[in-house]
Amino acid sequence: MSRIAIEFQNVFKSYTLYHSITGGIKNFLFHLPAAIRKMRANRFLALQDVSFRVDRGETLGVIGRNGAGKSTALGLVARVIRADRGRVTVDGRVSPLLELGAGFHPDLTGRDNILLNGVLMGLTRAEVRRKLGAIVDFSELGEFIDQPVRTYSNGMLARLGFSIVAGLDPEVLLIDEILAVGDASFQAKCMDRMRRFKADGVTMVLVSHDLAAVRSMCDRAACLEKGRIVDLGEADATTRRYESRLHAESAQALPYPPAGPEQGRSNGKSR
Amino acid sequence: MASLRYNLDLLYELTKKELRVRYQSSMLGYFWSLLNPLAMALVFFLAFKIVLKVNLTDSRWPFALFLIAGLFPWQWFSNSIHSSTNVYVQNASLIRKVAFRRELLPLATVLNDLFHFLVSIPVILGLLLSCGGVPSWNLLYGLPALILAQLLLTYGLALVVSSVNLFFRDLGNLISVLLQMLFYLTPILYDLDKVSRERPAIVPYLKCNPVAPLMDAYRQLLLDGLFRADLFVLAILYGAAALAIGWLIHARLRWKFAEIV
Repeated sequence: MSRIAIEFQNVFKSYTLYHSITGGIKNFLFHLPAAIRKMRANRFLALQDVSFRVDRGETLGVIGRNGAGKSTALGLVARVIRADRGRVTVDGRVSPLLELGAGFHPDLTGRDNILLNGVLMGLTRAEVRRKLGAIVDFSELGEFIDQPVRTYSNGMLARLGFSIVAGLDPEVLLIDEILAVGDASFQAKCMDRMRRFKADGVTMVLVSHDLAAVRSMCDRAACLEKGRIVDLGEADATTRRYESRLHAESAQALPYPPAGPEQGRSNGKSR
Repeated sequence: MASLRYNLDLLYELTKKELRVRYQSSMLGYFWSLLNPLAMALVFFLAFKIVLKVNLTDSRWPFALFLIAGLFPWQWFSNSIHSSTNVYVQNASLIRKVAFRRELLPLATVLNDLFHFLVSIPVILGLLLSCGGVPSWNLLYGLPALILAQLLLTYGLALVVSSVNLFFRDLGNLISVLLQMLFYLTPILYDLDKVSRERPAIVPYLKCNPVAPLMDAYRQLLLDGLFRADLFVLAILYGAAALAIGWLIHARLRWKFAEIV
């Protein structure tokens, strides 16, 4: 394995804005030439000429406001989308930390969901079986593990989700917004597990609006703005520069009172 | 090799999930899956035999048995196409984040409905016995052959509708209508042989329907023990074509799924 875990070389990614066709077959067919023209013209540049590297074992924070291209970058690393131009190289098995309850089937028990999710994340059934005990222990869900997931609280869902990732031993871990659910002791346990990942040499990419978390977890941070990397450097300095840019803007945007850093603000992530 | 093992595991888990979900929520899951085709058979029986008193077939079997032998395999086809239309939309959060082989999701859907068809075969054969018929030895090779043909056809079309539905979200409405039209254009309520005697001119058009040879072949095999090689060849050709087209369309669109779902 090489020293570099993730490398972006001059990556461009644009999206077709599909509302012209998701409007329905009828609209599309009745206005076919116009619809195709519109589809071609209606592109949104999500990433423009983005280059960076993440070394093996390094933790990179990705910050920036909503729609800056953070999740797109993460999607490219996870290989769920393809770049239009440029090269994305990822070395190692990628595990994404899914948002709350995503990928769980509500009618299956916690245990069945662990099996299903583990296999979806790239393990064979035998491997998941071997790790099952450890995952169940980590989740501290007790006898709830054999209850359907629909009976779980949000905190319990978060526990289950994180426990699966914790048990996976990933090589590259992708985290889109740390979930601040679950009680304080479990959160501490999660942070602890992340530090252990780090110590074990797991490469991590953390997309977050929680700048304090980025500062405490990440070695370096990249700040995205309108699809470009505007700042890339040591995590502490990069987040502070980002903060002061945000402050400067919100000061201009009175009469609203100056907002604090974007901490803990949820980012509506649906495209 | 390792990745084949892995993908089989994933397919196994996805199919198991579908089956679990169907059966766990109700103890009567098995009977529910039989109920729909049986109820349809009853309705058609009432409409055509009691109310209208028409003869749609020359078959020597009671009309109810005749219907059921076609309705169960049709149920597999139609349920699979229906549920795979939405399979990607329902799994949006996974598609957006996890890079697994997407085509396994519709395949698991189709296999789930195949399983329900398999467990309904004893019901058909039981009814046949109670009507004084005897299941033929030809079933041993004939059924796997027809099931293979139907699997290719159903999965091929499932790949098309599941991926295209992401781009045209109202495809589901269209699919319901198309399936209903296709049902009446398929020899389930009537049989192909009777049509070819009375209206030979329209038989070639009926055979353009990729499901038609399949359903007719199932019935002749299940009830009369006849394996119609000509119908089977036609069915497997349709199946192979559907799979090829479905695979191509799916492969073209696959990389857009995470962007659009």
